[in-house]
Amino acid sequence: MYDIDKIRGDFPILARQINGYPLCYLDNGASAQKPQVVIDAITRGYGEDYANVHRGLHTLSNISTENYEAVRGIIARFLGAKDEREIVLHSGTTEGINMIAYSWAMAHMQAGDEIVLSVMEHHANIVPWHFLRERLGVKLVWVEPEADGSLAPETVLNAITNKTRLVAITQCSNVLGTIVDVKSICTGARKLGVPVLVDGSQGAVHMPVNVQDIGCDFYVITGHKLYGPSGSGASFIRRERMDEMVPFMGGGDMIRDVCRDAVTYADPPMKFEAGTPGIVQTIGLGAALEYLMDLGMENVAAHEADLAKYASERFSGLNWVQVQGNAPGKAAIFSLTLDGAGHAHDLSTILDKKGIAVRAGHHCAQPLMQHLGVQATARASFGLYNTRAEVDTLIEGLELCHRLLG
Amino acid sequence: MASAAFEEIAEDFEFLDEWEARYGHVIDLGKAMPALEDAFKVASTKVDGCASQVWLQPAIADGKFHFRGDSDAMIVRGLIAVLFALYDGLALADVGKVDAQAEFARLGLNDHLSAQRSNGLRAMVERTRKLAAEALS
Repeated sequence: MYDIDKIRGDFPILARQINGYPLCYLDNGASAQKPQVVIDAITRGYGEDYANVHRGLHTLSNISTENYEAVRGIIARFLGAKDEREIVLHSGTTEGINMIAYSWAMAHMQAGDEIVLSVMEHHANIVPWHFLRERLGVKLVWVEPEADGSLAPETVLNAITNKTRLVAITQCSNVLGTIVDVKSICTGARKLGVPVLVDGSQGAVHMPVNVQDIGCDFYVITGHKLYGPSGSGASFIRRERMDEMVPFMGGGDMIRDVCRDAVTYADPPMKFEAGTPGIVQTIGLGAALEYLMDLGMENVAAHEADLAKYASERFSGLNWVQVQGNAPGKAAIFSLTLDGAGHAHDLSTILDKKGIAVRAGHHCAQPLMQHLGVQATARASFGLYNTRAEVDTLIEGLELCHRLLG
Repeated sequence: MASAAFEEIAEDFEFLDEWEARYGHVIDLGKAMPALEDAFKVASTKVDGCASQVWLQPAIADGKFHFRGDSDAMIVRGLIAVLFALYDGLALADVGKVDAQAEFARLGLNDHLSAQRSNGLRAMVERTRKLAAEALS
């Protein structure tokens, strides 16, 4: 039983009023709100248990280290990894993909090598690969979704050549809500000997994930979209790939011994975690993932599927609203444009006056905007605490936009 | 004391209590403003720091500041029409004296000029002041 009233009560911010209206928070794709258990974990992390990790022998350092390291296991469980040593902790997807680009890809690629990626990628899964294009002469090979926003695994696999060294692909478009069948892509790519990086920033938020079942080499998540703190995140990295990696950042925590003319490194995954990490952020992420697993990701997915279905029905009744992307089984992420002169910013500004938070802009996905032929969209992205009533609130807000702007 | 054109807008706003009516009026002001031709929507007239697209095409003549502006967002376009009433035709030396924040506050629209807004209005005001100051020196 998915008790939505109780769940909403777990998120204190949802009781807020914005501009005299109850907050209708539909910007979860950008960042999700935090349940009380996460806020409590942060408060306890700083208020009772704080010290640096991996360094001290004193009581607090041991407690802090235990709490922090326990999260590695929680993440492994959340992602279905068989060994927590395959989990590298970092500040979020952006740092994770950059680390993989420097630690693994840059060490293994040369001019003329190819990376296959889709135009639906977030800039965090584009710009690090542009670095390799600029610096190594690596070629970026782009695949495009169908008109409805769906992306067939064959489209991705057909782009693989004997020069392809990596497929970098999102599991869920942050703009269109398209769910990509990454398992089929991984199965096909593995037969061709090509590793696959899955950007799980959105995917892990909306559905159960099992990296062993998917068969990916890299799977990257970011804490702040998973109802956890900003500045937390992690990468699952298959053991064989981790063994191929060289450290990207050097500093404390990642070494075994340092002397004037030599350095030896800690064992993975610590080898890739230089410096004092986001200790309390990571502990907060652990609390968030425990919360999600208690709810059950399959239950979260079912609730959001109902919201997506209901929202799709409501949008289809408005002939002046265009929804970008209607791939079958899409996540509850709706990028909207109005017919006529209204701009995404107009929508966002007016909706905000009614207490409705959506994001207006290019959503860090400019190649997709270019592909769609739009400058910007207003995006309503639903999360585990949203309701059908909030879909109605959004529709009423859009009707007001239509009246004012039409 | 702002320009007569701006005072006229301010008078209209006195009768608009609800934000919906104020926004509706801002949007109408934008609709009434002539569009900037596409030929002028170029990198040099584009104002940075805007999430929507905003252009400012200045024309300084006889010691006076004239400009035309446009945006692809309708509310921002309406706010540019308000800026036009505030600044267009002013003597260059007077441009820097306008307190745009205070004048917008009279219309209940000052939050659009806050530093955190990325709609480009604030950047537009800054460019206006900079252009006038450069023309004076």
